[in-house]
Amino acid sequence: MPILNKLVIFDENNIEDSLKKAISSEPQDVVMEIRESGLKGRGGAGFPTGTKWLLARSAHADKKFVVCNADEGEPGTFKDRILLDEYTKLVFEGMVIAGYAIGAQKGFLYLRGEYRYLFDKLTKYLEQMRKENRLGNNILGSNYSFDIEIRLGSGAYVCGEESALIESLEGHRGEARNRPPYPVNTGYLGYPTIVNNVETFAVAHIIVAKGAEWYSKYGTSKSTGTKLLSISGDCKKPGVYEVPFGTTISDILKLVEAENTKAVQVGGASGFCIPKAEFDRTVAFEDVSTGGSVIIFNETRDMLQVLENFMEFFVEESCGQCTPCRIGNVKLLEGLMKIRNNDCSLSYIHELVDLGRSMQIASKCGLGQSSPNPFISIMEHFENEIFSQR
Amino acid sequence: MLVSEKNALTIEIEDLTKSFGDQRESLLPILQEIQLKHGHISDFAQQEIARLLDIHPVEVYGVVTFYSFLSTEPKGRLIVRLCQTITCDLAGKEAIANTLEKELQIKFGETTPDKKFTLEYCNCIGMCDQGPAMLINEQVFTKLTPSKVIEILKKFN
Ligand SMILES: Cc1cc2nc3c(=O)[nH]c(=O)nc-3n(C[C@H](O)[C@H](O)[C@H](O)COP(=O)(O)O)c2cc1C
Ligand code: SF4
Repeated sequence: MPILNKLVIFDENNIEDSLKKAISSEPQDVVMEIRESGLKGRGGAGFPTGTKWLLARSAHADKKFVVCNADEGEPGTFKDRILLDEYTKLVFEGMVIAGYAIGAQKGFLYLRGEYRYLFDKLTKYLEQMRKENRLGNNILGSNYSFDIEIRLGSGAYVCGEESALIESLEGHRGEARNRPPYPVNTGYLGYPTIVNNVETFAVAHIIVAKGAEWYSKYGTSKSTGTKLLSISGDCKKPGVYEVPFGTTISDILKLVEAENTKAVQVGGASGFCIPKAEFDRTVAFEDVSTGGSVIIFNETRDMLQVLENFMEFFVEESCGQCTPCRIGNVKLLEGLMKIRNNDCSLSYIHELVDLGRSMQIASKCGLGQSSPNPFISIMEHFENEIFSQR
Repeated sequence: MLVSEKNALTIEIEDLTKSFGDQRESLLPILQEIQLKHGHISDFAQQEIARLLDIHPVEVYGVVTFYSFLSTEPKGRLIVRLCQTITCDLAGKEAIANTLEKELQIKFGETTPDKKFTLEYCNCIGMCDQGPAMLINEQVFTKLTPSKVIEILKKFN
């Protein structure tokens, strides 16, 4: 698999003994460094990581937890798998650094069941860290102690949503909670908990090594640093790429040697479809925001088939807790089946777009709030194409 | 079920509550172990787990039925899960699905009469750059073609 553009994460020269450096400085200084770097969460939502850590650090409690979200269920995403498999040190030590920064004693890696084949390798890595005194009691001779436990998921996309993930860790159905209260105050077993994406921990490791100023030279002013993109679909060189924020879609397409591209789905099934006319847009929190999934469609692809596939996914993965998402996704999918059977008016599709907008507002968690995104954006750009083909 | 089998299962669950702990947080790891070993989580297993964790059996049933990798009904020893999500779909999932159905002589959702294979679809398994892809238990197979599928199935025979 091609891993190109070795900038920050993929440049081995940036892997230093951040753990030692962090533990020999004050926890609040670690938090400040992360804040100054402008790092935003890499799991999709883009919440400022330094702020999250600061909130958890300031929460008063006798126990705190660090959770690494390795549920990676968003269609088209696989960069966390590569990080876990090949950059294990960055991820696990990043968790220890986070634990030190917020004052936690325990961390969980929530690994999706589909990645069970990584379990033994990761468990051995933790063993090795304990032997080297980089995990466990009195890490590197300090008086800081922290341990990590790996928990497996069991095939539920919604468990990637942080409050559903915590429910799952507690032994419940993975049903999202009402927020607030947020996990930084009331998380695992009611204790302050930070949930961060795999990539976020890896980046934090490098920021501690190289400093906030160095890191924020990459990217744009609102989206500092680089982003790992999982690129798949119609191109010659699919794989994981590291690009600075602010890179245009057309540059990405060149990188992977995509030809005759009609549209690009950025952000996975819950992301947006970007048509050719907008390929000068950039990957950044202020423009096209993504957890890393980029799926390319060439001129031969039927956008109705693409959209049906996404909506089938959401109908299956909705936890069913709230009505807009449970019923709404089914209605959107039924509408697409009507189009396929040439039994659907354009005005009905417009009604469904409105329904989608209501779902974005009324759903309880991010799944139902974003599941209408592909429906709305594909209809916006490809409605005529879809209807004229039937 | 024979009394002796029942006792064996109870002992097994007791051992699991010893190693994982008997708090509610241990429920999922315990269920995952039972699923792995027995191919499903029977009514009896659910009741015993509930008793030992001191929760209502309905709580256990609720969790088992929520997660797609846990099941109340027996499945084959080998679970073939073909990825049905977009990139694998575009990369030729349909031909692989047909091959699997014909070779195993079952439809998706079914188990072979000898209880060896269960055939299912699953959502994105993070192999999008190497589709079509599938899992057989925890092993992953990528860049599938019909002839490659036949080779792979042979290895399990
Ligand atoms: C349905 C759904 C699925 C999600 N799946 C993931 C996931 O697989 N991995 C992830 O890191 N975040 C996922 N998220 C986002 C998390 O809720 C959370 O924002 C994230 O883990 C926070 O980490 P970060 O700030 O480092 O990005 C998901 C959100 C939703 C609504
Ligand atoms: S939006 Fe969907 S997944 Fe989220 S709580 Fe509601 S039904 Fe469940």
